Amino acid sequence: MPDTCVNIVVGGEAGQGLVTVGDFLAKALVRAGYEIVVTQDYLSRIRGGHNTYAIRVSHEAVHGPRESIDLLVALDAQTVPMHTGDLSGRAMVLADEAIDRMGHTGLSIPFKTLCPKPMFENIAALGVLAQVLCLDRKWFEDLIAETFHKKGDEIVSANLKVFSDALTWAGSQQAGFSCMPAPGRTEKRLFMHGNDAIALGALAAGANFCSYYPMTPSSSVASTLIEHAQRMGMLVEQAEDEIAAINMALGASYAGARVVVPTSGGGFALMVEGISLAGMTETPVVVVLAQRPGPATGLPTRTEQGDLNLVLYAGHGDFPRAIFAPGTPEQCFEMTYRAMDQSEKWQSPVFVLTDQYLADSYRAVTPFDLSALPPVSAPALATDDPAGYERYAVTENGVSPRLVPGFGEHLVVLDSDEHTPDGHITEDLGVRVRMVDKRMRKGLGLKEDVLPPTFTGDDAPEMLLACWGSTYGPAVEAAQIMRTQGKKTAVLHFGQVYPLNPDQFLPLLASAGRTVMVEGNYSCQLAALIRQETGYVFGATVTRYDGLPVTAGYILKRLEEAN
Amino acid sequence: MIPIEQYGTFETAWCPGCGNFFINKALKKALSTLDLPPHKVLICSGIGQAAKSPHYLRCNCFNGLHGRSLPPAQGAALANTEVTVFAESGDGCSYGEGGNHFLAAMRRNVTMTYLVHDNQVYGLTKGQASPTTAQGQATKFQPWGTPSMPFNPISVAVTMDVPFVARAYAAEVDHLADIIVQAARHPGFALVDIFQPCVSFNKVNTYAWYKERCYKLGQDHDPTDWRQAMIKAQEFGDRVPIGVIYKGSRQPYEQRMVSSVRRPLATSKPDMTALDDILEGYT
Repeated sequence: MPDTCVNIVVGGEAGQGLVTVGDFLAKALVRAGYEIVVTQDYLSRIRGGHNTYAIRVSHEAVHGPRESIDLLVALDAQTVPMHTGDLSGRAMVLADEAIDRMGHTGLSIPFKTLCPKPMFENIAALGVLAQVLCLDRKWFEDLIAETFHKKGDEIVSANLKVFSDALTWAGSQQAGFSCMPAPGRTEKRLFMHGNDAIALGALAAGANFCSYYPMTPSSSVASTLIEHAQRMGMLVEQAEDEIAAINMALGASYAGARVVVPTSGGGFALMVEGISLAGMTETPVVVVLAQRPGPATGLPTRTEQGDLNLVLYAGHGDFPRAIFAPGTPEQCFEMTYRAMDQSEKWQSPVFVLTDQYLADSYRAVTPFDLSALPPVSAPALATDDPAGYERYAVTENGVSPRLVPGFGEHLVVLDSDEHTPDGHITEDLGVRVRMVDKRMRKGLGLKEDVLPPTFTGDDAPEMLLACWGSTYGPAVEAAQIMRTQGKKTAVLHFGQVYPLNPDQFLPLLASAGRTVMVEGNYSCQLAALIRQETGYVFGATVTRYDGLPVTAGYILKRLEEAN
Repeated sequence: MIPIEQYGTFETAWCPGCGNFFINKALKKALSTLDLPPHKVLICSGIGQAAKSPHYLRCNCFNGLHGRSLPPAQGAALANTEVTVFAESGDGCSYGEGGNHFLAAMRRNVTMTYLVHDNQVYGLTKGQASPTTAQGQATKFQPWGTPSMPFNPISVAVTMDVPFVARAYAAEVDHLADIIVQAARHPGFALVDIFQPCVSFNKVNTYAWYKERCYKLGQDHDPTDWRQAMIKAQEFGDRVPIGVIYKGSRQPYEQRMVSSVRRPLATSKPDMTALDDILEGYT
């Protein structure tokens, strides 16, 4: 969108504290009532390199990241030359006076004079930013007090002084950056990224066991759960490997826990035999897969939507599953909650597919209404007829009565081999067929429960942009821009990518003049799935697989090139 | 005591003369002594003939994947305090495919009992060398002799200060049953490595071979003495000790868990007031 947005990019080496500056600023902006989209671009190293923390901010809804930079905060000398090409016409560069601004408008900040110690430079930078962006200093002062209060009053006041001095200094410079319009909203919003929202959604659904093996960009799901484990009574265990993580979760789920397993594509590859075990034993498990570019180790800290096929086909043999692909932190919360319920209800593995961009992207989030959440399905503890209990009793909808071991005289027998209704190994091929049929009938239920894709924009559009997961925001923004150019445009976002219910979307696709699938991968995996399931072929595709998130600008450029 | 009949009798897929029959018998006897009714017993197993054991016993059973008996067993033991948890599998499953899980389980020290049917050969896949096959021992698949040295689970477990480490011999049913009882009663992770003759594929480690070599540890062995235990753990040749090799007192995992975890997890509901408060922290 034009100039109602400001795109702020903080650049520097890993370990320089750019995340501290970015988080502080982003949180202050949300408290002040602004809308933000944060994009974190980092390298797979602990120190050095060139990382950025980008905040796109506006007083009105903002949907995705943008390439052009309005405010560049250079924490190192490398930042200015690296981003010179992206600076907008009104761009300002904020840098230490020792850094060459290469002729760009901006401020050379005398950090050495403003700060008693180099460790205060981040706070000084925030003071300058507060002044340049015309933000009320109280948003920052409150945050400084909250952040440092544990370190004592002296530290708090030292930081407040540096902040104030830097703000005053910037004021005296008459920097002349145009102030953003004040936001209209006053209601409280939450400040969180996609992975936070996923963890909180799992907790709301009663998740009380998490086993994981750390892997970027999924680790912060586990770290958020760990942060709240004590208060929520959750057991979080770092397993020896991903194979153990999924098998441990299945054992816990069998024994009555509600489990969530965060991982990324490479880790999930190792979990595949466990997914197959979940399918065969009909054990509920929710796997959160934060995608990054593959194959193999790929680009460890970048983003992609390339693992749909992996999740779709993970495990050998036939068994039902569901795959959610949230597009916003709100959806991360809601869909993880729903995934927990669906997994239990249909006793099947269920997946939440996100990606590095959404996982790390902070937003202003409408508070979740916990009291309005629907109940979550749960296993029974015991039965009146323990002797007659069969874990895999053949039923009409395929769902067998799931009981928890140890709470009554019933026995719960699970087997990875084909099994009889009471759970014991069998090589009776008639039983085999009945069991496959029973398991696959649950797939019909999962399909009836499927969330319809969301359609936003003009009816009977000339152009329909289809997308899934985190590409939602950029597609919405691209559609808005096309609409301002007089083109009837709509977006069809798949928040659940499997199973698919063609009745929910084929008529919408048919109503559009031109349909374009936008995906963050090379082969357009969802378009291929839709073609396979329905025969529908999209008019065109827009793909991105350079490790960066899809943006509105990227979509429009590609569409232009295609014309 | 629970009558042994309660654990049922089943038709098995084991070969006549298999050492597994003795282990099954000993386990039932131990459960009876432990006064554990079938529904309070939970056994996780991997894949292989030994891993079928929990199917031949009335109990709660999670018969999972090859090499993966320990992760679900630990998950179940941590989640559910209503059951006593065992994992049971063969030497290939436990020390080969599941080697990393064995290492981690020793470190983690969750209260559970690990019963390993150690027949020094892969039976179900027809006679390949296993992690405990003697170096140089010829098999159909290693005709020039097994090139690698055998894994010694006992000395590794003693080294890791596993709270309960025992070696047993399947044909000594009463002795084995007594060891299982002690193992299940001991807090923390307990390893019972059980020699189990494979009559079909192991022509070296036969009943006669074990009978000639296995001797029961007597009163003179102090299992709480780590150095003495290490010496016994290394004793493997003409004479092989069976019995409780080592008893330690490491704190089990459960005592180091987040204190607010309300087990069994099946009855624990999320505190939505606490969660609401947590959400406030995100403003």
